[in-house]
Amino acid sequence: MKMYLTNILTDPERLDRWMTIAQSSLLPLLKGALSNTIPLTLLSFSFGLMIAILMALARISPIKPLQIVARIYVSIIRGTPLLVQLFFIFYGLPSIGVTIDSFPAAVIAFSLNVGAYASEIIRAAILSTPKGQWEAAYSMGMSYPQALRRIILPQAARVSIPPLSNSFISLVKDTSLASLILVTEMFRVAQQIAATNYEFLLLYAQAGAIYWVICFCLSLLQGRVERRLDRYVAR
Amino acid sequence: MISVQSLFKQFGDLEVLKGIDLNVEQGKVVVVIGPSGSGKTTLLRCLNVLETPTSGKVEIDQQALDFTGKVSFNQIASFRRLTGMVFQSYNLFPHKTALQNVMEGPITVKKEAKAKVEERARRLLEKVGLGDKLDFYPFQLSGGQQQRVGIARALAMEPKVMLFDEPTSALDPELVGEVLRVMKELAQEGMTMVVVTHEMKFAKEVADEVIFMDDGKIVEKGNPAEIFENPKTDRTKQFLRMIESGV
Repeated sequence: MKMYLTNILTDPERLDRWMTIAQSSLLPLLKGALSNTIPLTLLSFSFGLMIAILMALARISPIKPLQIVARIYVSIIRGTPLLVQLFFIFYGLPSIGVTIDSFPAAVIAFSLNVGAYASEIIRAAILSTPKGQWEAAYSMGMSYPQALRRIILPQAARVSIPPLSNSFISLVKDTSLASLILVTEMFRVAQQIAATNYEFLLLYAQAGAIYWVICFCLSLLQGRVERRLDRYVAR
Repeated sequence: MISVQSLFKQFGDLEVLKGIDLNVEQGKVVVVIGPSGSGKTTLLRCLNVLETPTSGKVEIDQQALDFTGKVSFNQIASFRRLTGMVFQSYNLFPHKTALQNVMEGPITVKKEAKAKVEERARRLLEKVGLGDKLDFYPFQLSGGQQQRVGIARALAMEPKVMLFDEPTSALDPELVGEVLRVMKELAQEGMTMVVVTHEMKFAKEVADEVIFMDDGKIVEKGNPAEIFENPKTDRTKQFLRMIESGV
């Protein structure tokens, strides 16, 4: 470590080389983020949320088979590594004739993963809504979907923003795993560049910094959404 | 207007309503009193099927539900529109303003035009004395104000019957009067009302009929003077003594 540092400090050429590489790799890295990391995150999170709402509703429904399906799904996804799920879909399924390109394969794996974790968040949020809210909705003649959409989910949304933001931010970073099924997202771009110039420290630091900036922006967004949904709650 | 025939309700092994028969004529105010656990709230909740009776028949405004057989959810939903419910804990929608609370039912359930509903909602909030609180969220209102929004919200559905489930029990004493005043006004306008309450003064002044329930049955009913001045059963006498002595 010490040697390495002195190496840079005493070697102006090395420093120059770093600045040049950092500048020339910034654009490809950003391109990887914009064309893969961010779309992968947004798509997977949207699909994941839809799956999550359906699974949460299945889990709290009075229909036994639906409950069981939801329980099994959550158990399998939470009980196996995300990397195994990615490999299963991309490298495993082709052996039974199901071949999926790397990007859609990643979207499927991440959506299923988010769906399982978020379904527990949403289930808890729905259950935390007081029973009287359902009763007030039903007493004016609302159907189950109407009560859910107009009365319950808007209140559940407020409670679930902080834990859902956690999932969202984790997902941004987890997409780096997609590099292992050949998606050229930001981390893979960093690997590819580093493989040509051997500046691993620099490239991985750069990639890490961009992940951090994305996540920082997301936590700012979370704050805004929370403040907006908090406007009807006593402080 | 309301007719209930041999209504039974069981929660597991616990029999809460043991054969209730009840008739309420149009424009009448019926006050249900009785000790806690007597089944009065359950009876009220059976009238809009928030509890599904185990057996028996409930009829409101010519629409009948016979719980001895199967009853579909659609039947229940349309039946519920006949009644407006006011809850002990108000149950206002916290994410909606007073005005939006009142507009919610007519827009979502009855699919009425927004402009028409808004005009009616404003009028109703005006009527319960909250014309200046239209854009307040429930947390910005006192308990008494919230309950008056609750009444306006129930009225917005233009129900045939209003049901009140201990509407003042959760209120600070000084806020009870403003809610009772609104209820009294409604009664004077000829609304058919069933009220579960511990406000004996309200019962004496406003009720056309008082029903005393105990242990899942109607023990005694009659006009307020009969029940309060001249109760026939020992159980009623005992209950009224307890209430009056403030124990």
